[in-house]
Amino acid sequence: MPEPSTPEPVISMRGATATLGARPVLRGVDLTVHRGEVVALLGANGSGKSTAVRSVIGQVPLTGGTVELFGTPLRRFRHWARVGYVPQRTTAAGGVPATIREVVASGRLSRTKLRLPGRADRAAVDRAIELVGLSDRAKDSVNALSGGQHQRVLIARALAAEPEVLIMDEPMAGVDLASQEILASTLREQVAGGATVLLVLHELGALEPLIDRAIVLRDGCVMHDGPPPEAVGQHALPGHDHVHPHAASEPVRTGLLT
Amino acid sequence: MLEFLNPPFMQRALLAAVLVGITAPAIGIYLVQRRQALMGDGIGHVAMTGVGLGFLLSTNPVWMATLVAVAGSVVMELIRWYGRTRGDIALAMLFYGGMAGGVMLINLSDTGSNANLTSFLFGSLSTVSEEDVTAILVLAAFVVLVTVGLRRQLFAVSQDEEFARVTGLPVRALNLLVAVTAAVTVTVAMRVVGLLLVSALMVVPVAAAQQISKSFKVTFVLAVVIGTAVTLAGTVTSYYQDVPPGATIVLLAIAAFIVLTALATPLARRRARDRGSEADRCTLEVPAARPAPDDVSV
Repeated sequence: MPEPSTPEPVISMRGATATLGARPVLRGVDLTVHRGEVVALLGANGSGKSTAVRSVIGQVPLTGGTVELFGTPLRRFRHWARVGYVPQRTTAAGGVPATIREVVASGRLSRTKLRLPGRADRAAVDRAIELVGLSDRAKDSVNALSGGQHQRVLIARALAAEPEVLIMDEPMAGVDLASQEILASTLREQVAGGATVLLVLHELGALEPLIDRAIVLRDGCVMHDGPPPEAVGQHALPGHDHVHPHAASEPVRTGLLT
Repeated sequence: MLEFLNPPFMQRALLAAVLVGITAPAIGIYLVQRRQALMGDGIGHVAMTGVGLGFLLSTNPVWMATLVAVAGSVVMELIRWYGRTRGDIALAMLFYGGMAGGVMLINLSDTGSNANLTSFLFGSLSTVSEEDVTAILVLAAFVVLVTVGLRRQLFAVSQDEEFARVTGLPVRALNLLVAVTAAVTVTVAMRVVGLLLVSALMVVPVAAAQQISKSFKVTFVLAVVIGTAVTLAGTVTSYYQDVPPGATIVLLAIAAFIVLTALATPLARRRARDRGSEADRCTLEVPAARPAPDDVSV
C-alpha cells in the first residue's frame, strides 16, 4: 500500500467553505485521503461532516476553497465510475416497487452510461450483490428488507461500478448488529483489495479496526486529524473541550491494515 | 358482434385509446417513482391554454397544446431546480393561470364554444379527427421510445436523484426529458380521456400494478396492460352507453386498483406469516451465536 506521501491524493479538499442559507457549515476544511487509506469523518450532528463529503462529490456547492478527485479539479472530473457513493438514506426504495437487483444495477450506469449493459456489467452487478450477502434475495422487492439490508443494497449499488474509492455517508445509521458485521466484512474485503474509503460515522463502532485515520469536525472546522481517537463520543467529539495533543498536521498511520 | 368497430370515428377513437393506454402509464411510472404523481395534472391545466390558442389561431389544438404543455413542463422543472422555498406557490400560479387562460382564449375565439371546452376537459370519442390521429401516433412513438429506450437511466434518476448525479448521468437533461415526455403524453391522452383526467391514467394503473408486483419491470408491463385494457373497455362502453369516455376509463382503472388490492392483501399476509415463523426459530438463541436472520430464505 502506498505511503501517505504519494503525490496524487484520491481526495483533496483545501480550505473548503460552504453555507446553508446564511449559516456557515464549513469554515475552511482541509481534508486529504490518500490511495488505500480508510478515513473516518467524525463529529456531532451539525458539525458539517455530511456537508463535507457531499461537497467532495459536488452535491453541495462550495463558497470557497477547492476540491480535487484523483488530482483533477472537481468541475472537470468526469470519471465517476472510479467513485462509489453511498448517500445517507434509511431506505433504498422509491415510489414504485423495485428488486434488489434492479436497484444495484443502477449503480453500474456510471460505466454503461447510455449504452446497453453487457455480460461483464451483469456479472459485476451479481458480484456486488454477493459481496453484501444478498444473492439469495436478489429478486425480492427492496420494500421487504430491514434497515440494515437497505444499507447493504445501497453499498452494493456503489460497488457495482467497481470503484477505486468508496465515499459513504453514515452507512451504519439504523443498522442491526448482524448487518453491521456483514458491512464491516464487506468493507474489509474492499480495503484488502486496495480500495480507498472515506466514510462519515457517528461513532466508530464495528468499523473501528478498519479505520486508518480519523478527522473530527466541530462547527465546520477540523478539530483532529490523526489516529482514530479513543472513546469517541465522550472525549473527542465536540461538546467536550478537549484537544488531542496529536491533532497536528501530519497524519499518523496506525498500520492496522498494512 | 364487433359492431363498434364499423364507424370510422370509433376506429380512430380506439386507436387513440390504445396509444393512451400504453403511453400514460409508461411515463406515469417514473412520476410515481419520483413521488410527483400529480405532475400530470398540472401539465393538463397548462395545456388548456394551448387548446385555447389553437382555437383562437384556427390551428390544430393538439399541436398547439403540445407546444404549450412542453413549455409549461420545462418551466415546472426549472421551478423545481431553483425555486425551492416558494416552489409550490409558483406552480399553483402556473396551473391555474394555464387553466384560466385556456377558458378565456376559447371564449374569445369564433370557433370555440362551451361544448368544445367540455370535450377537451373530459374527453370525447367523436372529436378525434384524422389529423389528430397522425399527431397522436407521432407523439406516442416519441413517448414509447423515451420511456422504454432509456428505462435504465430514467429508473436511476427517479429512484435516487443524488446518487444518479454521482454516476455522472446527465441528470438535468433526463429530468427535462421526463417532464417533456409527460407533457407530450398529456396531449396524446387529451382527446380521449380529457385534460382533467389525464393524470389519473398516468397514476392509477401504476398504483394498481404495484399492488401485486415486486419489481419495476413487472410493474411497468402490468401498468401498461391495465392501462390499455381500461382505455379500450372504457371507449367501447362509452360508445354503447353514451357516457363520457374519460370518466368511464378512470372509474374502470380505479376498479382495477381495488380488485388488485383485494387480491394482494392475502398474498402480503402470507408473506408476513412466513417472515414471522423465521423470527420464532431464533427467539431463544444468543444474538451473537445465530446466523444473520436474512440467511434464512423466505
